[in-house]
Amino acid sequence: MGPLVVNEIISPETNLLLAFIIGIAFGFVLEINGFSSTRRLAGMFYGYDTTVLKVFFTAAITGMIGILFLSLFGWLDLSLIYINPTFLWSAIGGGVIMGAGFILGGYCPGTSFCAAAIGKLDAMAFIGGIFIGIFIFAEGYPLWEGFYKAKDLGSPLMNDLIGTSRGVMTLMIIVVALAMFWVGEWAEKKFARADYKINQR
Amino acid sequence: MTKDKAEARYMNPYLGGVLLGLVLIFAFWVAGRGLGASGAPKSLIIAGVETIAPAHAQTAPFYMEYGSSRENPLKSWLVFQMMGVVVGGFISGAFAGRLKFKVEKSPKITNKTRIIFAVIGGVLFGFGAQLGRGCTSGSALTGMSVLSVGGFVTMAAIFGTAFGLAWFARKLWI
Repeated sequence: MGPLVVNEIISPETNLLLAFIIGIAFGFVLEINGFSSTRRLAGMFYGYDTTVLKVFFTAAITGMIGILFLSLFGWLDLSLIYINPTFLWSAIGGGVIMGAGFILGGYCPGTSFCAAAIGKLDAMAFIGGIFIGIFIFAEGYPLWEGFYKAKDLGSPLMNDLIGTSRGVMTLMIIVVALAMFWVGEWAEKKFARADYKINQR
Repeated sequence: MTKDKAEARYMNPYLGGVLLGLVLIFAFWVAGRGLGASGAPKSLIIAGVETIAPAHAQTAPFYMEYGSSRENPLKSWLVFQMMGVVVGGFISGAFAGRLKFKVEKSPKITNKTRIIFAVIGGVLFGFGAQLGRGCTSGSALTGMSVLSVGGFVTMAAIFGTAFGLAWFARKLWI
């Protein structure tokens, strides 16, 4: 059955409409969890607010389990879904540059759009920076094209890498995530700040 | 203080994570792909350059590689999805009483410092997301949910670097 658009159950136009609706849900969930607050996001790296860790990894393991279940039910053909290709050097290099951008700018692209939507001026400045950064990449592309395309590993999966099944791999990641949640809860008590209050349910 | 009290509390982060995961699963079921945030600005840049400097777009390698694959870069899944993100963020902010023009920062720095570093961070993130073929949403979160090795590598590099530099950037936040 799924993916609906690949199997031509819905039209490309309906797919774009659903993209808009999915985006609304995405933005709503980010905002209602406080991802529109840069001090909340940055709190992750100082331990005083580890919401990013909790939301991000709960979402990742929910996604893993859901995609696995849909495929077991025969509702989603895993051979038709997009798997991010792995170009090892650019995945590391891009990640390092993004990490520096995260700690200096306080947002990532998705959260900056979400924060700009509720009026954060620093988020609007960050978005301006994103456009400049992409433009620099585009204009200077020949300079880093070699690095960008180096060490092409195809689209390997974690379970293939360590030689186990998709289910066992998912279970192992869940166990790791639970351990990290425990560390996150501990850090929020240990590194709590007088000038910052975690305002959540 | 009354203003602070009027501001609604955020959702429980574990519940929020499950909801975000469900959005991600729905995206895969519908479109066979996950979420992404840096794709839309890229489409805007490509569309902008193709409009303003069409001759340049036809000869510069970056635009040639991406421009030839579709007729109108703005009619893309990620552009529509990001328009939704802005609407969804606005709706949540409106319900919670968080709609307000402001600069959020550590009390120790000025608004000007905050804005300068926000731009620098944005430039780095925009550049890095191109190099890493996706940002925190498209590469790390979505990639991890399909167990892509690249997704895990990018996630580790983003968070590892941010943790590694946190001490040097501490004045910006604490």
